[in-house]
Amino acid sequence: MTGERTLRVLAAQLRASVMTAMQYRANFLVSGLVALYWVAWNFLPLLILFGDRQMVAGWDYPSALVVVGYFVILRAVLEGIITPSFEDAISRIRNGSFDYVLLKPLDAMLLVSACKVEPWKALELLAGLGIFVHAFLELGRPPTPGAVALGVVMLLSGVVAMYSLWLAAVSLSFWAVRLDNLMYLLSAIFDVGRWPISVFRGAVRVVFTVVIPVAIMTTFPAMALLGRGDARTATGAIGGSALMLLGSRLLWRRAIAAYTSAS
Amino acid sequence: MTASGSTSAAGPAPGVTPGAASGPPVRAAHRHPRPWRATLRAIPTLLRIGVAETVAYRAEFVIWMLTTSLPLVMLGLWTSVAAEAPFRGYDSADFVAYYLSVLVVRNLTGSWVSWQLEDEIRRGMLSMRLLRPIHPFLSFAASHLASVPLRGVIALPVAVVLLLSSGADALTRDLAQLAWLLPALALGWFLSFCILFAIGALAFFLERSSAIVDVYFGVFAVLSGYLVPLTIMPAWLAAVAQVTPFRGIIGIPVQIVTDPSLGPMGAARLVGFQALWAVAVLLLLSWLWRRGVRRFEAFGA
Repeated sequence: MTGERTLRVLAAQLRASVMTAMQYRANFLVSGLVALYWVAWNFLPLLILFGDRQMVAGWDYPSALVVVGYFVILRAVLEGIITPSFEDAISRIRNGSFDYVLLKPLDAMLLVSACKVEPWKALELLAGLGIFVHAFLELGRPPTPGAVALGVVMLLSGVVAMYSLWLAAVSLSFWAVRLDNLMYLLSAIFDVGRWPISVFRGAVRVVFTVVIPVAIMTTFPAMALLGRGDARTATGAIGGSALMLLGSRLLWRRAIAAYTSAS
Repeated sequence: MTASGSTSAAGPAPGVTPGAASGPPVRAAHRHPRPWRATLRAIPTLLRIGVAETVAYRAEFVIWMLTTSLPLVMLGLWTSVAAEAPFRGYDSADFVAYYLSVLVVRNLTGSWVSWQLEDEIRRGMLSMRLLRPIHPFLSFAASHLASVPLRGVIALPVAVVLLLSSGADALTRDLAQLAWLLPALALGWFLSFCILFAIGALAFFLERSSAIVDVYFGVFAVLSGYLVPLTIMPAWLAAVAQVTPFRGIIGIPVQIVTDPSLGPMGAARLVGFQALWAVAVLLLLSWLWRRGVRRFEAFGA
């Protein structure tokens, strides 16, 4: 069964990577603290803004916190698995050891996507859940079970959309080897996700909804969890992220076909 | 014992950088007084090399500069907030003027020397620099200074947009005050270069200083006025930002351009604040550097 074998190999890769990270205990602690510091940092602009205003573009403080919660969770996934793995892949493309990945009898895309993890980012994941709890306590009502289910599905679609964007960036780096800076650019753009998309107007909003769909990653899931989501937005977001995955998968296939090793 | 076994034992161990392992002792170069005239004569060449480096990696350079998109995001946010009603005395035009100025200043005064320095210390390449008769601080500074013209090329369109935008009305028109902009930018560049150089030099003592750079950036972004203007911050935070050096890198040059109430005297005082901090950071840096290089030599460069 290739499916089962792929899963086993992925699990082994992750275990090895976690063990490596755990060897540096002091570093582990420091990185954990740094991660929490960044979570706290996310609150500051929000506190400044809502220290003066009750409502901004239809969002009050607790609802905006839900967006921040999704932002923190997605960034934990991004910096915990996606960027470390892809950075590793890019350095392999550059020094030629990527050939060994391609030689393995498993799907290279899956192998590359989860070859390195930074386990302390799990703390940020917990912090994200904590933000949700805080936000709904402030709101004074728990989310309905239906909203939670939709919120989870939308979270997954957000992760898929994010992964697809980064996979496309990595695929491009096969042609121009020094394009890994593109990932930094994407990270900088992803920062928009801490805000509900409706606080932006005009071209900015269109770009971050359609071209680089940050809205699919944080705002739409937050609306779903708050019970404000409608079926059209949900299907649009899920369909959009599925299309993105398909597109980046095709780009990856073309990139692999064009790959001629570093030598 | 086979022949192939003995040859591989004689060669350098795999994974060890030859430069780090077999570099000549660097202590000798440090004992002698530095020939200052030679240093001065080398600076034009160093600048030329710096320009060539920047031009060679121009695509990366542009992407790197584009990653400083945070001010644009904040601009989008605050202008739509201010469109409903002015926010603590800031209307849309004020925010446009503020954040576009931040973008220009950030492009001109930003630095990434800590990554380079950390890398060279960790991989032992610094010993090559220490051997040269020019202090590494100066050779790094020259190479970074040389990238300023190209950064200016990127900052210039932003400045033009600023002058054409609604934010132009919020800028100061006092030429005596604006005359302080150039010294403020120069000191801002120097301040950020020195602080990041000091953080890079921490790699002498720590395994990884890159985590510290991350924390630094977080503190810097808040206290320098990069994220939000100091004047709309909560009072306690603004008080901290007033005394720390970070506003010298972004906030002060921006304030000189966007705050008409400042006047030439106020601008001069702000530049004096930058100069004081520049001296303080430089002293700290030279102390750190002397101790660090001694340690570096001790673990066998």
